[in-house]
Amino acid sequence: MRYLPKSQSERREMLHAIGVKSIEGLFETIPAKYRLRDALRLPGPLSEMEIIDYFKARAAENSRGYTSFLGAGVYQHVRSVVTDALVQRGEFLTSYTPYQAEISQGTLQAIFEFQTLMSQLTGQEVANASMYDGSTALTESVLMAERLTRRHRVLVARTVHPEYRQVLATYAKHLGIEIEEFGFAASGQIDAASVRADSWKEAAAIVVQSPNFFGVLESLGPIAETAHQHGALLIDCITEPLALGIVKPPEEADIVALEAQSFGVPPSYGGPYVGVIATRDKFVRQMPGRLAGETTDAAGRRGFCLTLATREQHIRREKATSNICTNEALYALVVTIHLCLLGKEGVRELAAQNLSKAHFARDVMKQIPGVTLPFTGKTFNEFVVEFPRPVKQVNEKLLADKIIGPLALDKCYPGQEKRGLMCVTEVTPRAEIERLAAAVKNILQSEN
Amino acid sequence: MYPSDFRYTKDHEWLQVSGTVGTIGITDYAQHALGDVVFVELPKVGAKLKAGEVLGTVESVKAVSEVFSPVGGEVTEVNSELANTPEKINQDPHRSAWLVKIKMDNPQDAAKLMDAKAYQEYVAEKEKEQTA
Amino acid sequence: MNQKHSTTDLEATSNGIKKARGHVSQNEGLIFEKSVTGKRGVEFPPLDVPAVDAAKELGAEFAREGIEGFPEVSEIEVIRHFTRLSTWNYAIDLGMYPLGSCTMKYNPRVNEFVARLDGLATEHPSQPDAVSQGCLRIMHDLEKCLLEITGMDAASLEPVAGAQGELTGLLLIRAYLESKGSARRKVLIPDSAHGTNPASVVIAGYEVENIKSNERGQIDIAHFRQFVTEDVAALMITNPSTLGVYEENIAEIAAILHERGALLYMDGANMNALAGVTRPGDFGVDVMHLNLHKTFSTPHGGGGPGAGPVLIKKILGPFLPVPVVREQNGKFALDFNRPQSIGRVRAYCGNFGVLLRALAYTLAYGPGIRQATEDAVLNANYIRKHLEDFYDLPYNLPSMHEVVFSDARQKKHGVNTMDIAKRLIDYGFHPYTTAFPLIVPGALMIEPTESESKEECDLFIDAMRAIAAEAETNPELVKTAPHATRVGRLDEVAAARKPILRWKPRQHLDATPHKVVTTVVPTA
Repeated sequence: MRYLPKSQSERREMLHAIGVKSIEGLFETIPAKYRLRDALRLPGPLSEMEIIDYFKARAAENSRGYTSFLGAGVYQHVRSVVTDALVQRGEFLTSYTPYQAEISQGTLQAIFEFQTLMSQLTGQEVANASMYDGSTALTESVLMAERLTRRHRVLVARTVHPEYRQVLATYAKHLGIEIEEFGFAASGQIDAASVRADSWKEAAAIVVQSPNFFGVLESLGPIAETAHQHGALLIDCITEPLALGIVKPPEEADIVALEAQSFGVPPSYGGPYVGVIATRDKFVRQMPGRLAGETTDAAGRRGFCLTLATREQHIRREKATSNICTNEALYALVVTIHLCLLGKEGVRELAAQNLSKAHFARDVMKQIPGVTLPFTGKTFNEFVVEFPRPVKQVNEKLLADKIIGPLALDKCYPGQEKRGLMCVTEVTPRAEIERLAAAVKNILQSEN
Repeated sequence: MYPSDFRYTKDHEWLQVSGTVGTIGITDYAQHALGDVVFVELPKVGAKLKAGEVLGTVESVKAVSEVFSPVGGEVTEVNSELANTPEKINQDPHRSAWLVKIKMDNPQDAAKLMDAKAYQEYVAEKEKEQTA
Repeated sequence: MNQKHSTTDLEATSNGIKKARGHVSQNEGLIFEKSVTGKRGVEFPPLDVPAVDAAKELGAEFAREGIEGFPEVSEIEVIRHFTRLSTWNYAIDLGMYPLGSCTMKYNPRVNEFVARLDGLATEHPSQPDAVSQGCLRIMHDLEKCLLEITGMDAASLEPVAGAQGELTGLLLIRAYLESKGSARRKVLIPDSAHGTNPASVVIAGYEVENIKSNERGQIDIAHFRQFVTEDVAALMITNPSTLGVYEENIAEIAAILHERGALLYMDGANMNALAGVTRPGDFGVDVMHLNLHKTFSTPHGGGGPGAGPVLIKKILGPFLPVPVVREQNGKFALDFNRPQSIGRVRAYCGNFGVLLRALAYTLAYGPGIRQATEDAVLNANYIRKHLEDFYDLPYNLPSMHEVVFSDARQKKHGVNTMDIAKRLIDYGFHPYTTAFPLIVPGALMIEPTESESKEECDLFIDAMRAIAAEAETNPELVKTAPHATRVGRLDEVAAARKPILRWKPRQHLDATPHKVVTTVVPTA
């Protein structure tokens, strides 16, 4: 087998050195009746070429050749070959968590740079070395708020990503955290007035998302003010961080839970992605996740090491801030390299391109007879469209034209079957936006 | 080594009683076992503690130790200097690195704790176990 | 020709070290320190729609000027920056990485290639099932392989790390027991367990009860029986244990639990000792997770990503997280309609990119995966045999895929496991796991995996023996190691007392600027 660097004679030699006759001798502690006699029924073994063939065949069964208008938490953006070439260096790809700082300075410095970039991006004072993804970052932010305030209720906007809310519900259920959801207004922004005065009393935090699940920007200032008046924290969740290239950072928020997939990470059917928690310095000891810090060695040379580890499970065990151990380090590195390439100007330009594209797409869509844009709030690269008939029906026909249409909202928002969430980024060609509009127009006309 | 006017617990806290006020800290043995202290978390003034209840935590780079209140009472003062100079716990655990002062519910409870001689023996026993 | 060079200082400290020697290491500051206004590393195609004035469109409430502090560097500078950083890391691609319980094995390159294919890397998790058949089939195929390897009945591929798998498994146990009338209160955990186990138990709403291992590092059956009361929901056990030893009474342990209505959870962190040889499903396990980034070779990437699929017995099926992949007449679909489900533990379908790599690994071996297991156990025992006269073996039981020594002998010379680990760096190896499991004071936990040749194992043995000798003859050399790295041991105490967790322009303004000093060496 090509991955195994031993010949049969070497194996025999090693067995001899150990003092056992056969390899079976090393498995004798496993009771005989539980030792497998037959080979496992597994496909393979496959050569490298056959493995490639298998996966190419699978790739051909997916959406290649289709144009997609999906966003909703996962975004198609430019990715540079530079990033991919660098993260495939074995020294990054095949190294472990940098517990041994002297031979992990590369990873550690990159994490420190990641923490810095995420702080700058979000306008927060400190950011961690990554969480699994946005949904778990949000969940951990809520647990963090509970520890900080010692309160057990969270107010969650229904404009927060529905799947993120589902993850939060799973975690919160057995920890005695009560989740109270509240609605949205005609603008598509949260309806803060719909939160009952009583609910605020024992609230650990209010959770909003901006741009929210409908693509609408939230006015964080007033929300923060109300939250702080009631002794609650403001948690802002961000699924499209590219917006921060031109949109004000959530400085008012006490905790930011972010999904950084937009920065160079492929959609890859759901993961791996990169969650991040950013917060104020004073809350850092209640923040979960690894942290790299700057320090020096005995000779005064600058170096980096993992720090504040006493928050973590390998030391505090059942009293840890979280059970997280493995994180998404390699993809945090992707984000770091990607953002260094984009730089200050590139991030701004890319964000501006998204804004322009989406603006164009909004204009084109609302010119289709019967199509409206129901929400009036400011948007970035995503927006809700409303058709005169169920989005699902329209999408089925679009698929025949090799177009993956807007995400039907009724799956998560009952009663909203005519509304769809549409995303346009810098990689969506103008011609495809026009093709979508023409197809939708056709479908709506032909069925009238 | 261990001041004779203090009382001690098996969890390596010390208590110095003056009237109804008890001053609490961790012993030299405890600071040594923990290593370089990097962070101290203390209760707020006014907090009411029962004997044996967690009063705060003391952290080194790779360990966390909970500090238990040797007696019950109300916290009247905390050593806020430790927030910026946790290393004092390593340097001067029995004097300037006291953690909290507490108005004791029952000052006579202190008598239930070990005196310096008993604690010294207790620590010697512990050390013997470890080198065995 | 063939001139003998004079011995330099560096060579003197590395005398007798066969695997590595000194090498020029490039200096490199932080990317922020290299930034100069006006540079960039990427350009975009021109906008094909009318440009919108962002400030006007967003208005004063939302418009941002620019991101303060973001770096401005060119493409070549980015390449050099991260290439230089990479050379400061150790990696499996450079040599043996014997971290116990981490299973640092070869990460096949073809897995990286297929994960990047157009049509796989590009797929959106919310796209219709009709255009996701390839992705769904990959998940389905992997599930089938994992079930065959573990002997379990059903799986969820959603958890994205071992710890999340643990939590998912515990929530499944909870949901199952609730359906039977009571969730119960406690989960038993041996004292040798990973720290994630107790942390996960708490999130699942259970109390942790620690059970002590006996003098052989195993669960004492008589003692254990007393622990299993009506309050106990499950035992969470790692098998082989973190001592690298097979839990010989596992089937009896399972029977005791089942008799009292409790379940057996197996942490599959050490599955690399079992794959193809024995199956947890056969010896009584009800729920387990696998760490695909360990046994199934997906790269650790400096700390992640991972994947922690959960495998279960039938009785727990109704409670699996949503969605699950379902096959009907050769068509695949995501099933969300599961009323008894514990819910979601992560958005979308988990770390698909990791699942895909794990399938590529499994396909490469097929039934031959047994050979990998055998080689892993062979390597661990070979190393143990050659080191047991030099290091103390606190639990003298047959080792499987890893061996745990202690520093008891070296301690007499003032040298501890961390010192030996740091000295190992000078010998060209990554250290083993130090100070774990907690039941072994001063542990040296060595897991070579199947990826090491006899030659690499021999070099490791030589290095460990040489360090054992140094600990006696020159303990100071070991205690001050490493000597050959870019930086020496770092001041972790200062880092924790006054944490500096990000770069700030002002803080570094007074620092000496990084100057490249070029020394011109005259040619002979």
